[in-house]
Amino acid sequence: MSDTATPPDAVTITVDGKQIEAHKGEMVIAAAERAGIYIPRFCYHPRMRPVGMCRMCLVQIKGPRGFQLQPACYVPVADGQEVVTTSPEVKKVQDGILEFLLVNHPLDCPVCDKGGECPLQDQTFAYGPGETRFVEEKRHWEKPIALSDVVLIDRERCIQCDRCTRFADEVAGDPLIEFMSRGAKTEVNTFPDQPFASYFSGNTVQICPVGALLAKPYRFRARPWDLEQVESTCTQCAVGCRVAVQSSNDDLTRYLGIDSDAVNHGWLCDKGRFSYEAVNSDDRLGRPLVKRGGELVQTTWADALDAAGEAISAAVSSAGSGSVAVIGGARLANEDQYAWAKLAKCVIGTDNVDAQLGDGLPAEVVLGLPRATIDDCDTASAIVLLGPDVKEELPVLYLRLRRAALEKKVPLVEVASGRTGMTRYATTVVPCLPSDQAGALRKALAGGLRDQLGGNPVVVLGRPSLAEPADGVVAAAALLADIPGVRFLSALRRGNVHGALDMGLAPGILPGRVALDAGRDWFTAFWGSAPESGGLDTRGILEAAADGRIGTLVLLGADPVSDFPDRDLAQRGLDGARFVIAVDAFLTASSRQADLVLPAAMFAERPGTTTNLEGRVSRLGQKVTAPEVAWPDWMIAAELAARLGGDLGFLSLDGIWDEIVRVAPAYAGINRTTLGTRGHRDGIVVPVPEGTVLDTEMPPATDVTVGQERDAGEGEIDPVETPGIASVESHGVPVQAHDPAAAETAGPAAESDAEAAAGRPRPALIEWDRAASGTTAAKPDAYALRLVVGRKLYDNGVNVQMSPSLAPLAKQPVLRVHPSDLDRLGVKSGGVVRLRSPQLTTTITAEADPTLPRGTAALPFNVPGIEVAAMIDASKPANEIAIETP
Amino acid sequence: MPLTDVDRITTRRIGNADSWTLRSYLDNGGYAGLRKALQIGREAVHEEVNKANLLGRGGAGFEAGRKWGMLRQADPTYLVINGDESEPATFKDHMLIEGDPHQIIEGTLITAFAIGAAQAFIYIRGEFALGFERMQQALNEAYEHGAVGHDIFGSGWSIDVVIHPGAGAYICGEETALLESLEGKRGFPRIKPPYYPAAIGLYGAPTVVNNVETMSNIPWIVVNGGDAFAALGAGRSTGTRIFALSGHVNQPGNYELEMVKPTFRDIIFDPRCGNGIRNGNEVKIIIPGGASSPWFGPQHLDVPLGQDEVGKADGVMPGGGGSMLGSGSIVVMDETTCPVRAAWRLVRFFERESCGQCTPCREGTGWLSKILYRIETGSGRREDLDLLYDISDNIIPGMPWPYPMTTICFLGPSAAVPTVSAMQMFRDEFLVHVKDGGCPYE
Repeated sequence: MSDTATPPDAVTITVDGKQIEAHKGEMVIAAAERAGIYIPRFCYHPRMRPVGMCRMCLVQIKGPRGFQLQPACYVPVADGQEVVTTSPEVKKVQDGILEFLLVNHPLDCPVCDKGGECPLQDQTFAYGPGETRFVEEKRHWEKPIALSDVVLIDRERCIQCDRCTRFADEVAGDPLIEFMSRGAKTEVNTFPDQPFASYFSGNTVQICPVGALLAKPYRFRARPWDLEQVESTCTQCAVGCRVAVQSSNDDLTRYLGIDSDAVNHGWLCDKGRFSYEAVNSDDRLGRPLVKRGGELVQTTWADALDAAGEAISAAVSSAGSGSVAVIGGARLANEDQYAWAKLAKCVIGTDNVDAQLGDGLPAEVVLGLPRATIDDCDTASAIVLLGPDVKEELPVLYLRLRRAALEKKVPLVEVASGRTGMTRYATTVVPCLPSDQAGALRKALAGGLRDQLGGNPVVVLGRPSLAEPADGVVAAAALLADIPGVRFLSALRRGNVHGALDMGLAPGILPGRVALDAGRDWFTAFWGSAPESGGLDTRGILEAAADGRIGTLVLLGADPVSDFPDRDLAQRGLDGARFVIAVDAFLTASSRQADLVLPAAMFAERPGTTTNLEGRVSRLGQKVTAPEVAWPDWMIAAELAARLGGDLGFLSLDGIWDEIVRVAPAYAGINRTTLGTRGHRDGIVVPVPEGTVLDTEMPPATDVTVGQERDAGEGEIDPVETPGIASVESHGVPVQAHDPAAAETAGPAAESDAEAAAGRPRPALIEWDRAASGTTAAKPDAYALRLVVGRKLYDNGVNVQMSPSLAPLAKQPVLRVHPSDLDRLGVKSGGVVRLRSPQLTTTITAEADPTLPRGTAALPFNVPGIEVAAMIDASKPANEIAIETP
Repeated sequence: MPLTDVDRITTRRIGNADSWTLRSYLDNGGYAGLRKALQIGREAVHEEVNKANLLGRGGAGFEAGRKWGMLRQADPTYLVINGDESEPATFKDHMLIEGDPHQIIEGTLITAFAIGAAQAFIYIRGEFALGFERMQQALNEAYEHGAVGHDIFGSGWSIDVVIHPGAGAYICGEETALLESLEGKRGFPRIKPPYYPAAIGLYGAPTVVNNVETMSNIPWIVVNGGDAFAALGAGRSTGTRIFALSGHVNQPGNYELEMVKPTFRDIIFDPRCGNGIRNGNEVKIIIPGGASSPWFGPQHLDVPLGQDEVGKADGVMPGGGGSMLGSGSIVVMDETTCPVRAAWRLVRFFERESCGQCTPCREGTGWLSKILYRIETGSGRREDLDLLYDISDNIIPGMPWPYPMTTICFLGPSAAVPTVSAMQMFRDEFLVHVKDGGCPYE
């Protein structure tokens, strides 16, 4: 429904006497809807193949034998076609179909989650009979049964529209639910002993046109008419899915996916969908804590900020500004990140700042390569996967790439050590030894792969394994960067890590994608100062801290003890830092060791903007208030700056954004009025190319929230497509209140003002000097297994563990090794082995995986039951383990 | 007596000792048609079938030669033989499958040759255990005989034939559901358009789907010529047909008769066929062409057994039109029959066999069945008659014959048709059920 471009092959059809323009190939139902003629429907969903099953959209279409009843969802438009949707014949059929649908429907609306936002209710009201003529006994089923850990089904309510089953098969690639039995006894169910364990199962609840599919976390929690909502962008990973955040009584109750054509097509992963439970968690930090006598005790903001200021000042005065370091910041909004970058790099003067925790890529690689959008993958000549398992780390990107491969027929080349969730869709697999991506790729390119890649390939670039440095994959990226026309799509996963890099939360980088050396003078002109030399990354910071060279370490929503791929170094770093300040929403393995804990507001508790893996800037909405006195991170930075005798120079979020647009070169032109316009509601990819005309029309204030927002123009929210969004009232706080005076200063004129004020032209954006890269793969020890460590969607991360519905989904892992390595031990696949690493010894179930190279062992990071981080030594080019019979 | 004494075609070997074996088949002219077909070439075979004007014997009565001609030219194309005969009172294919499987295989091979199919599939109703066994045995023999497989009879033409058993769903006799089932999917009829598998069929390839009895006619037509076939019958209805006669006749069974020449009266009363009604009773209801066809009454006894003759008869549907010869199964009911119960029994079959895909059929068949049962068992209301009409109207708007439909396939309408037929013919008896609070025949 969001395809708005007028294609060259337009046709004209007549619907109810009205001539309308349609796109060749689209169905009558879609063309009519765009022209404002709504044809009722249940099974039709614009993001899925039509099936014509519910028969609700039967209309009269003129054919050789006159007007015939045809399903509008299944008949493509044709030039000169005549369609009638309101004749007595059509009305009679619509009435009849609704009556049929209600024959076996329990009509238990008063106790149904969907009641109030139910397409069956709404359409019965609009098109159906007033009363039923059915007097017999209805069909009965056990009410509701579990399809999976998070999704239940009430089969009595099901109208067999095939939406959930189609979604599972067609969109998610997890065909784990199916129709069983036949006739009126048809039911949707799973195969015996095979739960609907899909990362995307929650979408079926959202698209169910009745209350048959129920989300366990939402069931009986709210009535739709009590909900309020605001539009936002999910920051559970870096994909940036558009989401409607809904609340009741200041508690988050539900997230629903919004159909953003550029990003998520309406889908969410279950981690994103149900992570609001973590925001609601009773374990949230609401007050500052300070360590007294080894215990963290509550304190006031005033005392906490004083303590923090003193610790930072003491560190700076005793060992220089370089003895202050900041780890983390990927959880924050762009404005928060900018405030913290300015605090660190200007007020304190340290460049020891890193939002990545040794699990990403160097900032200059991510920022300095030509970037691709997700949509570019649909039209690419090939997609090269050179990074992590996208299905585990960036689930909705997996859906988009899967669609590009299956529907758009884009060849998929995967460079990997062992299978991933994408492997089954790959046209070519380039197997590589861990850290030897470059070697394998060089050989493959010479061996004909180059020709397969075509003229505009997209490389999905990320970190394949946490047990080895990024060098290998960076060297491979350097090879691919030589291909003319190539673009890169970052596969870094942390929520707003791309915003963090853009805002300068990385060593050697200043806000707006500028290298420290190139931008020092520019920023000095605005800030008054900028770091003299490049600082340390997280590993360097932790090593320095372990050596006693860090006076004050700030953990900005970071938990290195759990999350850094070297548990020992992370712990030594925390132990070695003289004072640790944690800015966090929870007490984690790291923050509970801090000397001072400052409570931060989370997602949906503060407005702002976020930047996804494409570099797409979109808005975050605030829907609930943070617990007790938790603050937005930018406010903490501003107050700390004041304690340090500095002044960040802004008093509001708007003020920060205006400054970003003014001084951060990649963000020039994205003033907040532009971000709020209808034309850019799905965000703007930065930097905006020279000469692009942005929509600067200021929409009405109500336009900022969901529901109202999309019903003007072509993009009306269809209540059947996304039940729940259009019917819920939008009372959200507008993301950024419009202040005409501020808007003026943030306009294009203000940008040239910036150059005048700085007295110099805007600095150039960073480009990656790939000549500097180069690596040789570490030689494996013949007797040991090289460790390959990736992530799972459900892990021990705080957002999963603090969401009661998600926490049980984090499962004990198995060790995957090549069958020959198990045969050598005489252990069968599924048997238990003793795993020995230099750091620890444990037992684990081993599984044979012939897709892994011999001599490698694959384990997931940060999952229950095994301390994989403890087996990794970040200083080594490779980490090895041995397995033995137990 | 218009019951003609022409030689039987498709059933002529039925009754021979071990008629299902290759030995018996070869002794009775078996595979001569295939040998001749290979000799005269595919165009000539197609031409003979066109000349024969052989109407499909599965129910719809579409000209076989025309169907072959509609096959979209592509590589590969497939031939699928529908042997999923599952409708109540239809049992002609059952006999052919068990009694003369080689004839089906030979017809299949000739057809595959004529249309240039890459592979042929014979889909057999799952419950036909003996039929499946004999069919498979016959196919094995045919392979050994060199009639199937590589370089058939030294002609250089090769093809494989696969026999596939169904899994017990009536709906898989609907040709597009059959194709889904053959592909290993749930047996849901495909939504139209495309209307014909000849455009998009098995595995997306152009496919001809023909009935078992249709195939059984092909060898004879090739051997004897299309003109000889067309000389039998009259008008569009040429050749002979197997009529599966059942119900209250004295001699139920399969009768292969020349088309059009005999009438319903002939087949019911001729001593060589039905031999009259039990106890000398009167004809009350005739189901002329399978459970899904509009009913006839005694006034239709002189309608000839021909496609158009039945189709254009003055029938009972409120929207006008006749009925259909359909699958050639004729059910006769005498005056001891309760029309409400008869309609309910048929509707209940379709309710149970509804695949559940589209709403009007999934919900409508069950609803009709529940109301008919209520009336039959004494809980009927006067307004139930209007309700039955209206529900039927929501499945087959206007209730004419042939009907438009709100469903994807013909199964849902097949439940509305007997309901409407029964009410049209026996409205007074329905009212008696309502008034008396029960069935007067009990």
